[in-house]
Order: sequence, then structure tokens, then C-alpha cells
Amino acid sequence: MAHIVDGKTEAQSADAAGAARRSVPRWIVTLSSVTVLILLWEWFGRDINPVFGSYPSAIAVAFWELAQSGKLAAAMLESLQPFAAGYGLAIVFGVPLGLVIGRYRVAEAALGIYVTAGYAMPLVALVPLLVLWLGLGFAVKAAVVFLMSAFPICINTWLGVTAVPKSLIEVGRSFVAPDAVILRRIVLPATLPYIMAGIRLAVGRAVVAMVIAEFFTTISGLGAIIINSANNFDTATMFVPIVVLMVMAIGLNGLIGLVERRVAPWQAEIAGREPE
Amino acid sequence: MGEVSLIDVSKRFVLRVGNGAQTVHALSRVSFTVRDGEIVSLIGPSGCGKTTALRIAMGLESATAGRVTVDGRDVKGCGHDRGMVFQHAELLPWLTAMQNVMFGLEMKGMRGGALRATAEKYLDLVGLGASKDRRPHQLSGGMQQRVGIARALAIDPKVLLMDEPFGALDAQTREAMQEELLQIHARTRKTILFVTHDLDEAVLIADRIVIMRNGRIQEILQVPLPRPRGDPGAVRGTREFADTRYHVWKALHAAPDTPPTMH
Repeated sequence: MAHIVDGKTEAQSADAAGAARRSVPRWIVTLSSVTVLILLWEWFGRDINPVFGSYPSAIAVAFWELAQSGKLAAAMLESLQPFAAGYGLAIVFGVPLGLVIGRYRVAEAALGIYVTAGYAMPLVALVPLLVLWLGLGFAVKAAVVFLMSAFPICINTWLGVTAVPKSLIEVGRSFVAPDAVILRRIVLPATLPYIMAGIRLAVGRAVVAMVIAEFFTTISGLGAIIINSANNFDTATMFVPIVVLMVMAIGLNGLIGLVERRVAPWQAEIAGREPE
Repeated sequence: MGEVSLIDVSKRFVLRVGNGAQTVHALSRVSFTVRDGEIVSLIGPSGCGKTTALRIAMGLESATAGRVTVDGRDVKGCGHDRGMVFQHAELLPWLTAMQNVMFGLEMKGMRGGALRATAEKYLDLVGLGASKDRRPHQLSGGMQQRVGIARALAIDPKVLLMDEPFGALDAQTREAMQEELLQIHARTRKTILFVTHDLDEAVLIADRIVIMRNGRIQEILQVPLPRPRGDPGAVRGTREFADTRYHVWKALHAAPDTPPTMH
């Protein structure tokens, strides 16, 4: 017999307590966590020598100055163009390549080795070479972003394809589906969660690549603000693009999540996670 | 017409074991025919080759020697003349029940209004008309398997090939599905070949039972129960059912050197 507490079973009481806990939305928990961090940073940050570090209110002031003068907006626009080009191309090339390598053994044997090596490639060392090939402008920046983000996207797609259960492919075969149809209508949807994971992972790498490109080629955009303010020991201003980039990465991640829920809603349902 | 035959089918493959290789004779000159409208069950101990034989009939695997014919014509690989049902329904998880049934029809080349109408008809046949917009993870195991059966039947194959179709279900759902299969067979008169481990299931459903051992057919026996089977619960209690079941049980436990008998 279940242990009875006040006319409800223990299981029901636990359920009710859980429901009370669950009624605090996740975004409030996140917001509280961030607020606590900012307050702690502010409290301890004021004592630091402004050359070595900074704190939220100073960064906020610097942010305001940059925003007012229009410099921040211009810098962001400058940086985002090669970012969008490189990241977009990484998806356009990385996903189909991953699908082919994952699906066809010959392709895996021929191309897999380059993809695996490329993922570990120290890009910073290659930038001077890229500058020789592509100059100092838009092309080289986009190329750097592309090279940093294409490989994780390709590898995750590749892994996703190999994880497609053989039995699902057999369903396609049992209905005499041609190979291209199996790839498009069974392998691709089954691989979507892995593809989205790869795309998410690539966001961070693309942001890093963008800044690296700006440090080593024509210094412009957000990277320029970072370098110039660092050289002037204006640490507060230096933090502004860094914070902006982090916020941008979070925003992009959220956007990708939205796209994922539109394009592949079944994954969240299967995993039992309610979309918010 | 819907007749499928395995003729002198052998399957051999080589396993890499340790430093050497072992040849496994999965099937040795297996021959039998499933006649039009008949239900035949393949039964045998694990490793006897029954699933291999079925998969060769399906076209998912190829024989090392011998042929598979459907209505007298040789077949190689899969075809729309054979509909397949797998042990775990294997529905595409991103499609609804309705879309899963439509998938098979689309592969056959059907489009437009006929596509939806046919899919709905077969979902109704298996009693899932109300659940057609649910995704597989929103369906119970039995319901998923019924969608799998609808999907296979929808393309109107000559033969239905089923690989332990109810093996993954709990005992009560299994019995309910066995009764449903008998009803579907009564309505569609489809030729059915199915693999099972369940002796009760084989005797209850099949017209003939092919007992396999070590890659060979040991015995093919006729099930002396009337068609239509009627109430499965009542059938299970009859003398003929018990005798046939005991006969199969004994055959499965007979000494391996017993020469094969055909009925």
C-alpha cells in the first residue's frame, strides 16, 4: 500500500511540489544567474586597475559612447558581412559533403581524411598564406570564417549519417526507393538533429574566426575596436565588442534553435522536451 | 495471383574468426512454395536460417545459389510485388502515420488524391483511422506495428512477408494482433509468409508450418484447423490445436539427424 499523507498519496504530494518548482520559467533562472554574475563582477571589478580589467558599469558607458557615435553599428556591419558569407558557405558546402562522405564508403575513404585533418588545422598559422592568396580584403576574411566553420559542420553531418539505423534504410530499399530518394527522404531527415548540432557548434568557431581574420588582415570592424582600444589600454572599450560578440553568438544560437523547431519538430517531441 | 517460391536456395558467408576464417552455411538447398492466399509460417530455433530465408525472399539479401520466384517469374532484389513488415515497425519517426503509409505508395509512383484516399483506406482497415495524424512516438507498440502492416498492404503486393511481426509486443497485444491478422487475411486473402518464434502463433495463424533446423527444412506440416479460424481463444482450447502444437514442439526438439519429412 502506498504511504498516505493527508489524504493524498506520497507520489501525488511529490508531484504537486514538483509542479510548483516547475512553474518558475527557465528564462527567469537564466536572467537571475546573469544578474548575479554582473553584480559580483561590478562589486569586485571596481578595485582592479583599469589597465588590467574592467567592470560592467564602465563597459556600459563605453558601449554607450560607441553606440552614440555610430562607430559600433558601422563596425558590426563591417564584420558581419564576411561572417555571414563564410558561415553561409560553410553550411552550403559542409552539409552535402558530410552527407556524401557518410553515405558512400568510397567518398569516405577518399575525402574523409582531409576533413578530419582540416578540422584540426591551426588556422592562425595559415592566415598569412591565405593573405598571400586572397589579399587583405573581404575574400580572405570570408575564407577564414569558412575554413573554421565548414569542418565541424561536415563532420557532424557525416557522423549523423553513419548513425542512421540500417533498418530505416532497409525500409526505403523494401519499397524500391532509388538511392537519391533514400538519401533525400530518409537519410537527410534522420540526420537533421546532427546537422543542427554541427551548425550550432560552428557559430562559436565562426565568431572566433571572424575576429582572428580582423586581427591579421585589414584591421576593421569589431576586431579593429578591440585592437585599438587594447593598444590604448582602454580596457572598458575593449570589452564592448567582446560582449557584443558573445551576445550575438547567443542570439544566433537561439535563432538556430527556432529554425530547428520549425524544420525538425519531432526531435524535441521524441526526447520529451517541451518547446518554450 | 500471389505465389512465392524459394527454389534450391543456399546461403553461405565467411566469418573472420580469430586469425582464420569460418564458412557459415546459413541455408542449404531450401525449397518451398507459398501458394496463393495461403499463410505459411517459418519456425525454428535461433540460428536455423529462417530469417535469412525470409530476407532472401524479401530481396534484402541475396542467395549464394538458387532462385526466388513470384508467380513463377524470377525476382532479384526488392519489389513492389512483395510487401514487408519488420519486427520493430520501422516507421519513419518524422512522418505521421498517414504519411508513413503514403511513403510506400509514393515509391510506387502514386500521386495526388488517390494517394491520400488509399492511405486512409488501409489505415481504416487496421483500425487506425482516428490516429492518422499522430507521429510514431505518440503511438503504442501495437499501433505502430499496425501502421507497418497498413504500409505494406497499401501497395497491394502479391505477397506479404513478415519478420517476427509481433515479437516485440507484450503477450496480450500479441494475441490481439494475431486475431487482427486473421481478420485482415480473411478480408484481403493475401498470401502471407511470416517468421516467428512463437509456436502458438504459428499453429494459430498458418495453413502450413515450415520447420527449419541448421539451415535446412526439417519438416513441412499442414495445420488441421478450419478456415476461417474463428475465435482464437476457442481455437487454442481445441484438441487439434494442442496436438499440432505438440507435433511442432517435438519436431523442434528431435535429434538433429532425423531425416526431413514433408507433408
